[in-house]
Amino acid sequence: MKGSANGMRALRGGASRYSIFALARNALSYHENWQKAWRSPEPKPEYDVIIVGGGGHGLATAYYLASVHGIRNIAVVEKGWVGGGNTGRNTTIIRSNYLWDESAGIYEHALKLWEGMSQELNFNVMFSQRGVLTLAHSEHELKEMRRRVEAIRLNGIDSEVMSPAQIKQLVPIIDTNPGIRYPVMGGFIQRRGGTARHDAVAWGYARAADDLGVDIIQNCEVTGILRDGGKVTGIETNRGTIKAKKVGVVTAGHSGVVASMAGLNLPIDSRPLQALVSEPIKPCIDTVVMSNAVHMYISQSDKGELVFGAGVDSYNSYSQRGSIPTVEGLLAAAVELYPIVSRLRVLRTWGGIVDTCPDASPIISKTPVDGLYFNCGWGTGGFKATPGSGHVFADLIARDEPNAIAAPFSLKRFETGYLIDEHGAAGVAH
Amino acid sequence: MSGQSFRIRDKGRIDRSKPVRFTFDGKSYEGFEGDTLASALIANGVHLIGRSFKYHRPRGILAAGSEEPNALIQLGGGNKSEPNLRATQIEIFDGLEAASQNRWPCLKFDVGAVNSVFHRLFPAGFYYKTFMWPASLWLKYEHVIRHAAGLGKAPPDRDPDRYEKVHAHADVLIVGGGPAGLAAALAAGKTGARVILADETADWGGSLLSESDCEIDGKEPARWVEESVAELEAMPEVTLVKRCTITGYYDHNYLTGLERVSDHLGAAPEHTPRQRLWKIRAKRVVLATGALERPLVFTDNDRPGVMLSSAVRTYVNRYGVLPGRKTVIFTNNDDAYRTALALEDAHGRVAAIVDVRTSVTGPLADAVRAKGITVYENHGIVSVQGTQKVTSVEVMQLDANGTGVTGTAKSVNCDLIAMSGGWNPTVHLFSQSKGKLTWDTEMAAFIPGTASQALASTGACNGTMGLADSLKEGLKLGAEAAREAGHKGRAPAAPKATEPEQGGLRPLWITPGKAKLGRKGKHFVDFQNDVTAADVQLAAREGYRSVEHLKRYTTTGMGTDQGKTSNVNALAILSDVLASDIPAVGTTTFRPPYTPATIGAYTGRNVGKLFEPVRKTRIDEWARANGAKFEHVGQWMRAWYFPKQGETFRQAIDREVKAVRDGCGILDASTLGKIDIQGPDAAEFLNRIYTNAWLKLGVGRCRYGLMLKEDGMVMDDGVTTCIGENHYHMTTTTGGAANVLSWLEEWHQTEWPDLKVFFSSVTEQWSVVAINGPKSRAVLQKLCEDVDFSAEAFPFMAMKEGTVAGIPARLYRISFTGELSFEINVPARYGLALWEALMEAGKEFDITPYGTETMHVLRAEKGFIIVGQETDGTVNPLDLGMDWIVSKKKPDFVGKRSLERESMASPDRKQLVGLLTEDPQTVLPEGGHVVEKLKPEPPMEMLGHVTSSYYSPNCGRSIAMALIKGGHARHGQTLHVPLEDKVVKVTVTEPRFFDLEGERIDG
Repeated sequence: MKGSANGMRALRGGASRYSIFALARNALSYHENWQKAWRSPEPKPEYDVIIVGGGGHGLATAYYLASVHGIRNIAVVEKGWVGGGNTGRNTTIIRSNYLWDESAGIYEHALKLWEGMSQELNFNVMFSQRGVLTLAHSEHELKEMRRRVEAIRLNGIDSEVMSPAQIKQLVPIIDTNPGIRYPVMGGFIQRRGGTARHDAVAWGYARAADDLGVDIIQNCEVTGILRDGGKVTGIETNRGTIKAKKVGVVTAGHSGVVASMAGLNLPIDSRPLQALVSEPIKPCIDTVVMSNAVHMYISQSDKGELVFGAGVDSYNSYSQRGSIPTVEGLLAAAVELYPIVSRLRVLRTWGGIVDTCPDASPIISKTPVDGLYFNCGWGTGGFKATPGSGHVFADLIARDEPNAIAAPFSLKRFETGYLIDEHGAAGVAH
Repeated sequence: MSGQSFRIRDKGRIDRSKPVRFTFDGKSYEGFEGDTLASALIANGVHLIGRSFKYHRPRGILAAGSEEPNALIQLGGGNKSEPNLRATQIEIFDGLEAASQNRWPCLKFDVGAVNSVFHRLFPAGFYYKTFMWPASLWLKYEHVIRHAAGLGKAPPDRDPDRYEKVHAHADVLIVGGGPAGLAAALAAGKTGARVILADETADWGGSLLSESDCEIDGKEPARWVEESVAELEAMPEVTLVKRCTITGYYDHNYLTGLERVSDHLGAAPEHTPRQRLWKIRAKRVVLATGALERPLVFTDNDRPGVMLSSAVRTYVNRYGVLPGRKTVIFTNNDDAYRTALALEDAHGRVAAIVDVRTSVTGPLADAVRAKGITVYENHGIVSVQGTQKVTSVEVMQLDANGTGVTGTAKSVNCDLIAMSGGWNPTVHLFSQSKGKLTWDTEMAAFIPGTASQALASTGACNGTMGLADSLKEGLKLGAEAAREAGHKGRAPAAPKATEPEQGGLRPLWITPGKAKLGRKGKHFVDFQNDVTAADVQLAAREGYRSVEHLKRYTTTGMGTDQGKTSNVNALAILSDVLASDIPAVGTTTFRPPYTPATIGAYTGRNVGKLFEPVRKTRIDEWARANGAKFEHVGQWMRAWYFPKQGETFRQAIDREVKAVRDGCGILDASTLGKIDIQGPDAAEFLNRIYTNAWLKLGVGRCRYGLMLKEDGMVMDDGVTTCIGENHYHMTTTTGGAANVLSWLEEWHQTEWPDLKVFFSSVTEQWSVVAINGPKSRAVLQKLCEDVDFSAEAFPFMAMKEGTVAGIPARLYRISFTGELSFEINVPARYGLALWEALMEAGKEFDITPYGTETMHVLRAEKGFIIVGQETDGTVNPLDLGMDWIVSKKKPDFVGKRSLERESMASPDRKQLVGLLTEDPQTVLPEGGHVVEKLKPEPPMEMLGHVTSSYYSPNCGRSIAMALIKGGHARHGQTLHVPLEDKVVKVTVTEPRFFDLEGERIDG
């Protein structure tokens, strides 16, 4: 990639680099001389590109527009604070072991970018390739697993089948007793998968984009999308009108609302997705483990909290919280597979709003409005796509034409029927 | 130190006649019944309880309730062990074992404290700036970080205890049993309203139990509490729940609570759960959750022996223990003066009061001065000596604006610092309910503003700090809530309450030290997560200016105390750096639960066998007795195959499969989904839901139907029969039954409410036995005399009612094998009797029981699809070669429009084909992928995958079905299935392998 930092050079825009030496040097001055990670500029009257939405995807888009495509007159406008939506609310699972070629394409593209992200951004996003293990609990699931594993293998992506004994060795706290309700009959692991520190992804992209001159404008809510004869001309915000040649919208959880400002009706359903963490305990599980049959997934954060997630709540909502029965179901599943968690305590529960398309695949697309682009519909699995999504969206905006990875995710597919149905393949989406 | 040398002789609500023995870090101590672990340790002079998260600094007890950030311990051992419990909340019992956490090798000497030495390298967020090079080492760095992090340990195995759930309804739910909550309960209870009053502690009265200087109606407050509780207990509609923390406030006044039923007993008595999760729907909620005292942020304010002033008073008055013999009070308000007086009253010495206010007057100050206690006005504590317990402090005068100090430091010896930075109303539940908070300048705190649910806040949590006002407000709001819930009554007259009068406070968010902030000593804001005032300022300087950024960057408020003592201080320090108003900076979102809640309680009884109970048919018992192997199908357990002694899987299946085609096989098909559909528009409804025509199906006739989703893809299939006029019996796949019923309801309720049609699940009402094979008619005829079984009288796809083995039955002549076949439906309870009668009658025909595997092979030989195996949500009927079932004439059906889209005609669609392996003995694995252009290694382009694959004894070779791109045009082509260890060559065929002409259907 053009301009990628190799770990030793200075940041391109001149911001001082982070390193252990920088920490030591700053310790001498009592850490009073650190620069701002990013500026808080006033919006300019006009930009070449405005990205609506300061989450991971939006900030990554701005960063790649600047670093790969050389566009520097960019603003990212954010209703609240950067990374405050689903970027800061998800369970941080990263993997690329998808069934369909189109999905494998975008998520593997993302995974490769994750692998160099801390160095590229000079911000430790703590991408930790601790492996993502998916369990199978019945004959039927074993067969489904076989199908997925074969597809992943033939797509050239890493994947290993594991026996119950191997799973027990890797995850000692899992109950592999064959007599339980949903016995662990096998599983497959993507060792290159893992987790990352979600906030750091937003901050890292924000800092690197800002360094390249991108204006990150927080507390700036978009209230309208300005058009002239079928072409976008700017946005209306609570801080005034900002003109733009191109506008990219990346507002997960609110995509339908923003689309309606441009007279568009997206095929999207918005629903709460909940997650929770336990109190921090000493390390007891190193891998991310997902299970479709018992409907939950688990990992342990570096701080020691067990991180739990499950499926979406069953009603539509824009309120960023869910209902208690979902939590009860999730925790019953957790105790079933990991009996030791029963006496631990739930520390925090929260929800985010996920935008889901009818085929459970995202939209990365031009729209009927010239110069207006949408990147949305990532459902429950958008975090893992962050760098890949930003990278191909930047490409789409810069060239006004989708590349091979983005092309299948066009809005057009809902007219033509070329859907990428990940429902059957994903089970518990994540 | 021997015995309870810090016990005060004549104070406290503990029961001195009941000594309790417990251990802490292996050492044995004694306390009394009524003590918390914290009060009992204080009684024994133990103040070093734990180590902090990041710097491993020695920590003691800060608070006396659930806001405690420091004194976290591991309780008990083995599978009953529990990490991170707050010593301030644990009621002691005989034999209690507690241990400190996050230290090695021991609490007094902890190697991790080396972090404290390098602390200057570890400011907030340091880890985002380093550990990046070389990239390959991150997992190693992280391993070390992970092991240093975490607090206590998870128990080693399964939880032996039981948890229950309570579903409750209330007219008025009152949260908190302090003065305001009790008053509200009295007023609401008197109206006859159904009231639930919950309190997080073991005793009613809240703050009243900690006070010795106030009166209610001329009585000691504890007396008033006793009388009020007695009055409430006598009200039949009032439920009092102690030890119950209301943890979550959800939409529509739905709240959760965690009741610790028997934790305080050590072991749960028989028939008693350990904890209960309350789920309460309340018409009105009254929050009376009190207020939490704020720490002051000064140099090394985290040393063991630094305590909240109100907690000191609680320990003295409620537990009868002296947290220190010589105390320095550090305050910005009058309330801490009450602590000074309480200490003096308990024969504890108060060395000095250090007050940041420039001039202190009023009755409390007068009373203190009258006792000869020195009051340092406009002063602050600038240093604290004593690492594992406070030994002395240095005090200096504040400069004009409070940001620096002047003059010389005065040293004061002491072993306890009681601090008070004012009060934060406990607005957590209010905030969870989505109410808006407002900033109260006088209190320098957030108080409830506009509510968004049916609730009221009263007492300290509403910013109403005076006792008399709290009681009056509680009574008023309690009565109001009851009236709003439909009851009649007025608030009783408020009792007369007296307490010392108090003046205002001076919010001074950081007490300046001798050096510039961050240069000498640490000003802690969040004790548990080791976040200092300098960290907060650093974060703001680096641009993490939103409250949420601050929280996430520094981790302030992210500990197990959820920032109860730190949030407002952090916010105030941030707003100071930003030169902004505190309310403009805002608050973080309070998230449930209020205090950490046991996972087991959310799980309740849904564990082990009761976690999604297995569904079994009436014939399951017979199958088990006859050696069947089982498989999970949806929630059901189904007989998979019936091996005979010594048979392998393959031998058993081959035998079963042949037996059906040669004679007669018998299958338990009870798990199939069954929906009874009735109403004058039933046929019209079916006509819209299925792809084929349904308007002319005669009574007693069956038809196979395919359902599509809106996107035109196959969703479910099954046979539906016309039972009578406007009456149909639909069958679905086993796993799809619930989805299909919801699907029918959704279309009926949202799209076609005008249709008169009704659906009932009858899956459980019928047992279904299928007998298949040329001899099945003969078997059935032996048991059923009232049905004419001739092919003319009882043709394929017909249904007749009759009596089988004396049981009233519906007989469906339908077939999933291509053989002559009958599915006999009887009322569920006769299932086993029917099965046994058929087995007996079939003996002479060598009737063979078979399971799901043989069923799959038989249908695959015939090329019948299984939804979920040949389909995955991306397959339309045309892909399956089932054009014949898609009506061209019907004006509409679900999925019709989607079938007309461009992609549906694409030659590249994946279509169902048969695959024959080059070697007839090779059985392809299901899930293997088919490629045209083989490459030496991945990636290579895939055409599709093998959906079904078996060895077919009737064909004498392996057979497989697959979905492959352009499959219908590929018949005859040779393709490859590359597996991990070999490549299998296959020829594409029709997806049918046996009885291609369909000659066997009449037997």
